[in-house]
Amino acid sequence: MLWTTFVLAVRQLARNKTRTGLTALGVMIGVAAVIAMVGIGRGATRAVNEDLESIGQNLLFVVPGNARGPGGRGGVAKPFTDQDLAAIREQIADVDAAVPVATMSTVAAWGEETLRTSVTGSSAEYLRAMRWEVARGRDFDEAEHTAGSEVCLLGDTVATELFGGADPLDATLRADQFTCRVVGVLAPKGQSSFGQDQDDFLLIPIRTFQRRIQGDRDIATIFVSATEDADSQVVKERLEALLTERRHIREGAEPDFSVRDMAEVVAMLDGVSRVLTGFLAAIAAVSLLVGGIGIMNIMMVSVTERTREIGIRLAVGALARDVLLQFLVEAMVLSGLGGLAGIALGLLISWGASAALDIPLVVDPLIIALAFGVSAAIGVVFGFFPARRAANLRPIDALRHE
Amino acid sequence: MSGELVVALRGVTRHYGQGEALVRALDGVDLDVFEGDFLALMGPSGSGKSTCLNVIGCLDEPSTGSYRFRDVEVTELSTNQRALLRRHYLGFVFQGYNLLPRTTAVENVELPLIYRGVGAAERRKKALQALDDVGLAHRADHAPNELSGGQQQRVAIARALVTDPSLLLADEPTGNLDSKMSHEVMKLLARLNKERGITILMVTHEPEMAEYCDETIHFLDGRVLERGGG
Ligand SMILES: Nc1ncnc2c1ncn2[C@@H]1O[C@H](COP(=O)(O)OP(=O)(O)OP(=O)(O)O)[C@@H](O)[C@H]1O
Ligand SMILES: [Mg+2]
Repeated sequence: MLWTTFVLAVRQLARNKTRTGLTALGVMIGVAAVIAMVGIGRGATRAVNEDLESIGQNLLFVVPGNARGPGGRGGVAKPFTDQDLAAIREQIADVDAAVPVATMSTVAAWGEETLRTSVTGSSAEYLRAMRWEVARGRDFDEAEHTAGSEVCLLGDTVATELFGGADPLDATLRADQFTCRVVGVLAPKGQSSFGQDQDDFLLIPIRTFQRRIQGDRDIATIFVSATEDADSQVVKERLEALLTERRHIREGAEPDFSVRDMAEVVAMLDGVSRVLTGFLAAIAAVSLLVGGIGIMNIMMVSVTERTREIGIRLAVGALARDVLLQFLVEAMVLSGLGGLAGIALGLLISWGASAALDIPLVVDPLIIALAFGVSAAIGVVFGFFPARRAANLRPIDALRHE
Repeated sequence: MSGELVVALRGVTRHYGQGEALVRALDGVDLDVFEGDFLALMGPSGSGKSTCLNVIGCLDEPSTGSYRFRDVEVTELSTNQRALLRRHYLGFVFQGYNLLPRTTAVENVELPLIYRGVGAAERRKKALQALDDVGLAHRADHAPNELSGGQQQRVAIARALVTDPSLLLADEPTGNLDSKMSHEVMKLLARLNKERGITILMVTHEPEMAEYCDETIHFLDGRVLERGGG
């Protein structure tokens, strides 16, 4: 009997293609929206986090000027010096590395090829602090750092765009007014979650940068990485105290530098992505609701016709429970198929979005189950309960329903 | 000729609405139907013929009064028991056909057999036979909206006959048929009555069709006015 009921239900669904299609579509869209929205939200969040992890969470940026802009109140803020750097390294506990960083945009050229990119000068510990790996060739050696030799390391983008298939190692590259010999290529990091290509730069020793580009020995910014288990907040306070003293800032006066904490940035971005996920989840919930109302609607619209159908079935010998079983199976088949299609579509959209936006594909079985469960429940409830009401009418009333 | 008492209505009323708007569709009907009877129900429009048939067919319930089907007091049965009574004993031809839309003629005719647990092959065979009996074998695969009114009516008749009911209730089964087809259907009913012993209760407006019946029951204002030999 169950099999017969199943066949009956499927046949009845096949006869009412429009209704079947619309209802299944409602379930499908509801399910797909939830899965895709939550998937994209989670993917974006994970992308941001992975990005931040690849930089290092315990990184602090020391820049001249304060929050009000470079120079703060009145005049241009003093840059930092080698002595500041040495003091940070020697006098502050829990500092893993402190590196000077200077950056300038440039046009790199090799043979006929040119590429607009940027050049960064830093010291020996830069790669470790910023978590870069040398993919080919080697890092600068001690002597090159001290001497300010004309050597460079290429970001992956520069290596591929400028050199194409050619081997960049030992090639001589021009960057505006100076030339340098390529000693290595860095492993790619890809795009940051802000859409910036992190591999689009070339790295030279800070001494070289100062001599050939800056023309002085000033240090524009200092990146400080705290040790793994240090509290970056504490390190930040120590840095502020040290620099306040070294730069002779009077007590209570506005400092002419600021220390930015990566953990703060992380926390902020975390908040942002949490809001984003919540927002997408809200959209998903609305889609689910709209899908659900769609299902309800189509079920309600067909109640008249279905009530007559139930009347006919009762009149020719069906028991109320035969009719209910049929309608239940119909609603389940419908919601089930719509739900499965929705899962497929949702995953497809998630996958497409993750490929297009370059974010990880996050598939949460719990969300899938929830989306499917809710839609299927709406489908079954609104398919079943009107039927139950109709099946409990007198057959003649069901037949005359209008 | 009459056998056992199949249907016995005593003081059956069926009221709709209340107060000023009260309609006494049935207003105290006493009616006996015996096994093997072939009865015509006649009377003006609105006199309660369909209502009476619906009550006997367990599609409707009397407001008051007693309805015995064989040894059973139907008014005391549960919904489910009434459904089983319909399933096992009754066939119904509606005034308005009541076929399932978007469902072929043969599938419509198969419908009662599904609920009687008849297997698919057997079901198809019986349904086609019943359609053949009403001269519609060639339209088996057409949906109701592809059939004329008369053809739909014949599908409805085939659906009522396919189960070999012991009591067939037909509400104007020839109402939409031409004279030739009407006579065909009446001959079919008469044959079923004689050969298979199916008890038939039929509403008609045409005295010509009532001729085929053994007796005619006249309705007026929800009551049986008179009962006379056909
Ligand atoms: N659901 C209902 N609600 C209110 N009044 C009803 C309802 N069904 C029938 N009636 C009334 O009951 C009376 C009897 O109706 P019924 O359908 O039995 O008449 P009938 O004899 O079959 O007429 P016809 O020959 O036109 O088919 C009519 O006056 C009708 O208006
Ligand atoms: Mg009538």
